[in-house]
Amino acid sequence: MLHTFVAYVEDRPGVLTRVASLFRRLNINIHSLTVGRSERAGLSRMTVVCEASAEAGHRIQASLYKLENVVDVDDIAQAPSVTRELALIKVSATPRTRSQVFELVEVFRARIVDLAPESLTIEMTGVESKIEGLIQVLNEGEDRVLEICRSGKLTMRRGHHTSGVLKAMNVGADEPAEETLETGAVEPE
Amino acid sequence: MGTNANPQASNQPPARLTGAEIVWATLVGEGVTDVFGYPGGAILPVYDALRKFPIHHTLVRHEQGAAHMADGYSRASGKVGVAIATSGPGATNLVTGIATAMLDSIPIVCITGNVSSKVLGSDAFQEVDITGITLPVTKHNFLVNRTEDIAPAIRSAFQIAKSARPGPVLVDITKDAQQGTALFDFEAAKPRSVRPHPMRKIEESGLAQAAELIRNAKRPVILAGHGIIESGAESQVRSLAERAQIPVALTLLGLGAFPASHPLNLGMMGMHGESWVNHAIQEADLLIACGMRFDDRVTGAVSTYATKAKKIHIEVDPAEINKIIKVDVPLIGDLREVLESLLPQINERDGSSWLKTIETIKGDSAVRDIKNLPDLGHLYAAHVIHDIWRITGGDAIVVTDVGQHQMWEAQYYHHERPRTLITSGGLGTMGFALPAAIGAKFACPEKEVWVIAGDGGFQMTASELSTIAQEKIKINIAVINNGYLGMVRQWQEFFYERNYESTPMVSPDFVKLAGAHGIDGLTVYARGEVDEAVNTARSAPGAFLLNFKVEKEDSVYPMIPVGNALHEMIRRPESVDSGK
Repeated sequence: MLHTFVAYVEDRPGVLTRVASLFRRLNINIHSLTVGRSERAGLSRMTVVCEASAEAGHRIQASLYKLENVVDVDDIAQAPSVTRELALIKVSATPRTRSQVFELVEVFRARIVDLAPESLTIEMTGVESKIEGLIQVLNEGEDRVLEICRSGKLTMRRGHHTSGVLKAMNVGADEPAEETLETGAVEPE
Repeated sequence: MGTNANPQASNQPPARLTGAEIVWATLVGEGVTDVFGYPGGAILPVYDALRKFPIHHTLVRHEQGAAHMADGYSRASGKVGVAIATSGPGATNLVTGIATAMLDSIPIVCITGNVSSKVLGSDAFQEVDITGITLPVTKHNFLVNRTEDIAPAIRSAFQIAKSARPGPVLVDITKDAQQGTALFDFEAAKPRSVRPHPMRKIEESGLAQAAELIRNAKRPVILAGHGIIESGAESQVRSLAERAQIPVALTLLGLGAFPASHPLNLGMMGMHGESWVNHAIQEADLLIACGMRFDDRVTGAVSTYATKAKKIHIEVDPAEINKIIKVDVPLIGDLREVLESLLPQINERDGSSWLKTIETIKGDSAVRDIKNLPDLGHLYAAHVIHDIWRITGGDAIVVTDVGQHQMWEAQYYHHERPRTLITSGGLGTMGFALPAAIGAKFACPEKEVWVIAGDGGFQMTASELSTIAQEKIKINIAVINNGYLGMVRQWQEFFYERNYESTPMVSPDFVKLAGAHGIDGLTVYARGEVDEAVNTARSAPGAFLLNFKVEKEDSVYPMIPVGNALHEMIRRPESVDSGK
């Protein structure tokens, strides 16, 4: 099954290697990995998506915690969460064929962010399956897909009282959030 | 666990020191008195500063030896052992020793020099990415390229090495950081306390469930591992065993954690454990695993392992829970603390019926043991080790290498106390014994130290005989010499149709080899000579080597072939002497 871990790690050289090396040592393929600054100074937030057996989740989380530079780990598993991925897709399109691509972009609620005489670049944000869908129809079309750049999955638990990460950090764990969506609320597009 | 801490160090006012001096000052502050190392270009500033500090440095003959010595020092004393090496090959030579410590959870700190930070990453002479290389075999490592970071890094290294589940930590220090100066303040360099592993917590409900399982068990067995020694939980395990009358089976690294002579001690479990021990585990209805990790050498085929038993796993490392064997009640925490919390809930229990059943399983197999055979002129390793045990009163620190002799030692040297058996269990590192024994002797100079090694492993690090000679230390060395890489030969005999490919081994005359180092020795050919030889070695003022020319094609019994269940073992042939 696909596991999604959110880890807060120290923002310093070599930390990414340590995290990646753990997955390598356990012979687990990383499906996607995103790293960036977090709301806490000096800490980066990682979202790691990997394919592993259902029982492996506990051991991966326990092992991540054993790394000295890892401050917090949350196993998102099947918990309600908001998930997004960003993709930049460059398509070979001439003035003659552009309009077909424009139509698809409209349907998928994506955006054109660059337009050149022989190509255009689409920016698309959404869940993984939606991005896969756009890529599929683009591939089936007349124009060649030249480049795809995907950010990997970004994940956040819904509602901030449900976050294991926040609880572990003792930050706003129990205060009722004003703008929190009701549990089970529909994901707004 | 022992502590190195030196209370006097904290009273020093901050002073401006070179990085090299800070290395030693920090080690002194951590209570270090002995280090093992080998100098070289990138660590020379550190060596240059050594004469100013009250630390004894042992010059090794190969850096692998330095890491094993630090390891042996730690295993014998419970303190953190320290190894030092230069950059490049000096650092890479440490790796086997670091991995050995990692697999057995031994707290050591390795300090390496590296090229100056200006040329770091330029493939400079003797430059190697040692923090990258050792990443998977250390608990943590540091690359330090600023003088002011040296003391905090070394202090963190000590804290990490000995906290929770111990392990090796490496601190790599660039040459310019050693040469620069900084204010040294030992107290200010103190690391913040270790972040507790959030999954390491003892649940009240778990304790109650464990107590309930123990109360209702008909056929319980305690599995006693190395964690007992690391946690210092010997008396708590003993209280549990005695109060509830539960028999105790030990792992290789657990030997000594529960007295061998105790009536509840079953002996070593696993691949070369006695049949009754493994049968008891297979028949058990409750296993209480204390500080052990269900290594494949103790479980046999996992799917067939103790299928009738509920399992309680008391373990400090949350990542070990359900890794190999699915357990019913995990108690994640320091073993001593967990048992202290559990013991008040444990009542006296009558275990006689189960103990009687185990006696029945045991039958006469202990009596049929090879050591009880009449002397027909053969010299068996079992006899040699049994005699060393008898003559030393079981009181020596025995440091073994890896192979057949290691298993015979585990079977025939009966350890009453923790830290009296030092052996590479997890990694199975040949060449471990001689250097680890040197470390053990420095940790416990008043103790009698024996090396028991095979002819193969002994030659891997035999150059450390020079170190013994230079340091003038008293170690007794027993080479169990059968002219083969014996354990590999045994596998070839059992599983590869006796195709003894690359296992027969021509060795030097070990007595002459010792003699070349100024170490006395003698060769023993017959059982009748063992007593006198062992006594000669013991009473010699200096180190002494005994070359035991044992049966060439003897095997370790019983043996569970890889992939078999724990009860499916190869037994000792009925009459081992008659056919030869």
